[in-house]
Amino acid sequence: MIKTEALSKHYHIGDTIVKALDNVTLHIPAHSFVSIVGPSGSGKSTLMNLLGCLDTPTSGRYLLDGMEVSNMSDNQLAEIRNRKIGFVFQGFNLVPKLTALENVELPLIYSGVSKKERRSLVAEALEKVGLTDRSSHLPSELSGGQQQRVAIARALVTRPPIILADEPTGNLDSHSGRDILKLFQKLHEMGNTIVLITHDEYIAGQAQRIIRILDGQIVDDVEVG
Amino acid sequence: MGIWQAFRMAVKSIFSNKVRSFLTMLGVIIGVAAVITAVAFAQGSTKQITDRISQLGTELIQVNIFGRNTNRDLTWETLSEFASDNADVIAAVAPQVTGNMTVKAGRNSLSTTIRGTTYDYSVINSQGVSEGRYILDIDSDLRQKVAVIGSRIKDKLFENENPIGKTIKVGEQIFTVVGILEELEDGAENTKDDQIIIPVSTAQRITRNSAIRNYSFLATSPENVKEAMERISEFLTDVYGNENMFRVTNSAQMLDTLNSVTETMMTVLGGIAAISLLVGGIGIMNIMLVSVTERTREIGIRKAVGAKRRNILTQFLIEALLITGLGGAFGLIIGCTAIWGIGKAGLVPAVYSPLWMALSFGISLLVGVIFGMFPANKASKLDPIMALRHE
Repeated sequence: MIKTEALSKHYHIGDTIVKALDNVTLHIPAHSFVSIVGPSGSGKSTLMNLLGCLDTPTSGRYLLDGMEVSNMSDNQLAEIRNRKIGFVFQGFNLVPKLTALENVELPLIYSGVSKKERRSLVAEALEKVGLTDRSSHLPSELSGGQQQRVAIARALVTRPPIILADEPTGNLDSHSGRDILKLFQKLHEMGNTIVLITHDEYIAGQAQRIIRILDGQIVDDVEVG
Repeated sequence: MGIWQAFRMAVKSIFSNKVRSFLTMLGVIIGVAAVITAVAFAQGSTKQITDRISQLGTELIQVNIFGRNTNRDLTWETLSEFASDNADVIAAVAPQVTGNMTVKAGRNSLSTTIRGTTYDYSVINSQGVSEGRYILDIDSDLRQKVAVIGSRIKDKLFENENPIGKTIKVGEQIFTVVGILEELEDGAENTKDDQIIIPVSTAQRITRNSAIRNYSFLATSPENVKEAMERISEFLTDVYGNENMFRVTNSAQMLDTLNSVTETMMTVLGGIAAISLLVGGIGIMNIMLVSVTERTREIGIRKAVGAKRRNILTQFLIEALLITGLGGAFGLIIGCTAIWGIGKAGLVPAVYSPLWMALSFGISLLVGVIFGMFPANKASKLDPIMALRHE
């Protein structure tokens, strides 16, 4: 599913080169539940941006679902993000003026799905996260946990091969956070591939496999339970 | 993503920020409304004048004499003779002595134009009588106190009575009504229906104008107008010894002058319109740039879920277009209301110019595209990672 070979991302700050990510080689097979854990500044956000096709690497190869994406143009990357990746962010990142339904619908609009089909896919996704009755609410009318579930529904709606979650519980109280983690477990059991990025060891422990990252390099890669 | 989706998004965004959208539109609204109102005003007043002039007829030649004691040099007899000698180009000539006087009949009175002339004036102006008879040359020879009255005079002084054979008092003189002029302009004030025609010799006496300073000539055909004008000028130069004592004009010529004045006016208006729409456009660009900054995160989200550069560009461009389009439409409505009001108030006739309406609306759309392009382009080029981090 995800294959990286010597993936690197370097930033030039003045005269010095910062190696945010240095020769990361990684393989994440389909239907796995992986967490990438590391302290802030470890390079996990850079890795997440590269895996999420939001950014291109300085060097190395990245094969996503069998496709080489490291040299793609902005527009091609946008299409890949649309079809292959579902994002869940720490800050939910819902469009405040759109209802829950419209927020979930957004990726489908950009992939050109017909209105009728959109409605049924959105309904299905909202049902999976248990928010069918909140579909016409604006994000401001929803709790944090509900907003994050809308965001998860939006990530699911295109049925992408990979769901990338960046500190999905970071802005939630512990109770809502546990609910969200349970939802990820459930989604994993339903066959989704989930990559969870966090600094929290407890949250990382929810996954099948934990990849530890430090100073832009993988320092540990263990299977759990 | 289709245009329709982008359109719906733009509508949503405009309506979720009504006050700001309206204020943004204001520049375009005022611009478009001002342009079409100003153009309508200009065209209306031009039309008013043009109508007056063209009523005079394109074959009509007006001669004005300046200077003193003109009759000493030019008598009506010599002028008539000149006209009949040039019958190939001059069909008719009539002298005119005009003045404004108070006219009374019984207890009714009003102020109107008294025009002393001869029978040919009815031919030159294509206005005969509907009842009775016109002024004849013999009336002039005998200085008869007879009058042909316009329909407005009949209505105001005699109401339902038949005025023929009755007397009216013009100034201090008593006149007998011998005819009623054909009604040409619904009996309106200050038109051909609001005048009294009397013999020229009588008019000279009662208006105390010994000199005849105005003559109307009728050319035999529109093609002969130029030739007739040249011959008249030549003749009058011979009589007066120089060309500064008279002026020979034709309504077609006056229309030409008027048209060039109108054209200049339109150019000036066009310039003002362009400037006001430019200012409106800058306002739109400004607000759109603010809007892009404000919605950076939204743009990041859209890009993260798969919006391409083109999608973002289209969305913002349509938003700009919609703002200017709506502004233009409001401007048209306000402008048309203003034109209607001006027409209703009787200032100038209401003239709705589809060309200028289409033009100003088209320009406002163009302003939307031009000034929307920069912010839309800026939005489309945002880096999704940066945009998502934006607070």
